[in-house]
Amino acid sequence: MLKESNLAAAQASYRAIVPAGDYWLHEVKKGQTFRIVDVEGNQAADTLFYNARDPHERYSATDTIRAQGNVYLGVGADLMSQDGNVMLTIVADTVGRHDTLGGACATESNTVRYALEKKTMHACRDSYVLALAEHDHWGLSKRDISHNINFFMNVPITPEGGLTFADGVSGPGKYVEMVARMDVLVLISNCPQLNNPCNAYNPTPIEVLVWEVP
Amino acid sequence: MSELSYQDTLPGGKHWSFTLRRGTQLRLTDVEGGANVGMAFYNPANLLERYNAPDTLKCQHTFKLTRGNCLYSDMGRIFCSITEDSVGWHDTVCGNTTKDMVAKRWGVKTYQAARNEWFLNGHDSFLVEGGKYGLGRRDLVANVNWFSKVATKEDGTMVFDPNNSPAGSSVTLRFEMDTLVLLHTCPHPLNPSPDYPKKPVTYQISQAAPVVEDDFCRNFRPENRRGFENNRLYTLFG
Repeated sequence: MLKESNLAAAQASYRAIVPAGDYWLHEVKKGQTFRIVDVEGNQAADTLFYNARDPHERYSATDTIRAQGNVYLGVGADLMSQDGNVMLTIVADTVGRHDTLGGACATESNTVRYALEKKTMHACRDSYVLALAEHDHWGLSKRDISHNINFFMNVPITPEGGLTFADGVSGPGKYVEMVARMDVLVLISNCPQLNNPCNAYNPTPIEVLVWEVP
Repeated sequence: MSELSYQDTLPGGKHWSFTLRRGTQLRLTDVEGGANVGMAFYNPANLLERYNAPDTLKCQHTFKLTRGNCLYSDMGRIFCSITEDSVGWHDTVCGNTTKDMVAKRWGVKTYQAARNEWFLNGHDSFLVEGGKYGLGRRDLVANVNWFSKVATKEDGTMVFDPNNSPAGSSVTLRFEMDTLVLLHTCPHPLNPSPDYPKKPVTYQISQAAPVVEDDFCRNFRPENRRGFENNRLYTLFG
């Protein structure tokens, strides 16, 4: 389901561009609205959430898809923690479908997926690990890097049990927006993957915006 | 199957854990039909290395697990290969039952009232078994649910198949590195059964035959050959 937001970018209290291959770590308070924009289209925003007041509580892909009975994320999806609490709810979406089963790229999984020689190419998991190391006051580490959401990514599953990485359903300027149901720490790796057709082999920037509690 | 080293049956709704050495195999048998075995894998030498369902699925372009598939860690290595499977579809995305879910669907059976007939859930089972090794809620991963099938419709709706695993169904895992195995026999979280399903599962441990050049799992996908090479390098370095 497609649903546009009625929030204007000019009214946002926070705006930032996250270049391809960088991470973004930011606290979004309960009640605030948070948007990610696929600026140039077909980018993947690999996203994790933590409870900012109890950071060992974090987003859980399994709990989220099981709670809604559907493997894709879209408008109305409650993003659940491993403790069974709603962390955020998707309230607007101009893409239609987001993945949470494909996980993030890592140098090690790249060796399996593409070639052993690709092990030194930049990958999302490295961005995550660096982000948590540079902000270690949160008490988070590789232990806390769970299965993420791939906003803007299209990973269709067939009734026969196949899984493919298809060309994106996203496009320039498309966005997804969510309301925080608790104080959340948002960790995004703006995916640097150069081996996957899902971003046309060309990682591009995303924009993040936050609006205050209405 | 080579000479049996050990055999045991876990009643339904229970949990256990053990470490299996590289080169051993584990066969699970659904004794009565309709069983579910939640299972998670960790490297006992580095507990930060753990089963990664997304990597396992995307590396092999599959949503289901069956014979030929390898179960990958987040470090690009293979914990185990599925060498035999009479079922054809095992789930690895639905996670576990929780205490609240069990209470809502099947009612409450406390230890005080029912002693060891109480209703356990998969989530707490992993917390208990993992806790024995220093693992906690930070370490929970998307687990495998052996014998359970959840297919998807075109729009992504998930559909549980209650007839996926008849009595006597079995699946065999060959361990490609030393692995800590956490498991439970609590029901699948999407099982609509009106009563809490308590299905026993037999598990057998034996020595696996050596992995040969034309091994089915190793050659099932080009990715798996690279996964096996990563395991070889791991053994090479320690």
